[in-house]
Amino acid sequence: MKKAFLPIAIVAAAMFAYAPIAIDNAPYQSTMLLIQKIFYFHVPSWVALTCALTVCGVASAIYLFKGSPEADRYAVAGAELTALFGLFGLASGMLWARKAWGIWWEWDARLTMAFMLELIFVGYLLVRKFGGPGAEKLAAGMGIFGAATAPFIYKSVDWWRTIHPKTSVVRTLDSPDNSPPMFHVLVFCMVAFVLLFLVLLSLRVRLEQQRAALDRLYLEEED
Amino acid sequence: MIRRLGVFAVSFWLSGAALFAFQAGTPNPSDTTGFEPVTSLPPGQQIPAAPYLLWAYGLIWIGVFFYAWSIWKRLGKVEQEMRALEKRRK
Repeated sequence: MKKAFLPIAIVAAAMFAYAPIAIDNAPYQSTMLLIQKIFYFHVPSWVALTCALTVCGVASAIYLFKGSPEADRYAVAGAELTALFGLFGLASGMLWARKAWGIWWEWDARLTMAFMLELIFVGYLLVRKFGGPGAEKLAAGMGIFGAATAPFIYKSVDWWRTIHPKTSVVRTLDSPDNSPPMFHVLVFCMVAFVLLFLVLLSLRVRLEQQRAALDRLYLEEED
Repeated sequence: MIRRLGVFAVSFWLSGAALFAFQAGTPNPSDTTGFEPVTSLPPGQQIPAAPYLLWAYGLIWIGVFFYAWSIWKRLGKVEQEMRALEKRRK
């Protein structure tokens, strides 16, 4: 990961610099017109969140059952990034909703569950910060259950009646009539967000590793 | 006596809230007739899209830069403390 950090960071920066041009060139969606272009940052935010959520859930399980301190560092980094990308997704979704639906928020299944997920991970971070000794294991439990909600949130639009677009909306973008297809721009932005996630994860894990090294130095000094 | 008054007050409030919710949920016939799609409204009554789009992208860009800066700052603080500790040990 250390060797790959710089190339990934450069590629991510280049993709983010080009993203506004690609989004500008993407065709307008026939009913929502300009506001639909929020989609190119809104959906990738949730894709990056899914990556962060997976890292947090898997690392939390490894920490809980094997006690690996390195896994715990990945878990806390994943949780912080879940909260960050969740905030991006919620904020961009609200701005979209205001224009597309005429309201900022609707307490339907998808939006409420996404909000609850954000609260779970803000709770995780609060437990880590103020929970005292043993907070890591309690937080790991929260991380696993937080990650377990992801499939339900994803499928919520198909299972329940909601004003949020269904999961099938992404497939409809891959139309041969579009030039360049909206789907290509969406995939481009998704890749950019996943690379951004990897860069931020790497930096955040590095911070946890340095904190652990500092703790070791203090312990050695006490001895 | 106070308990009975409390029960009465809560019951009154709950029934009032239910009545209010029922009234709020009853559609007014005049609201449903003469429906007009948003796209056919005059431009002055339509919500402009561009500010929302710019806000969405702006918030995400600012958020990413702020978060990267916060990690950088926290990392710098820990490394500074490590250097000070190692210096003191020597």
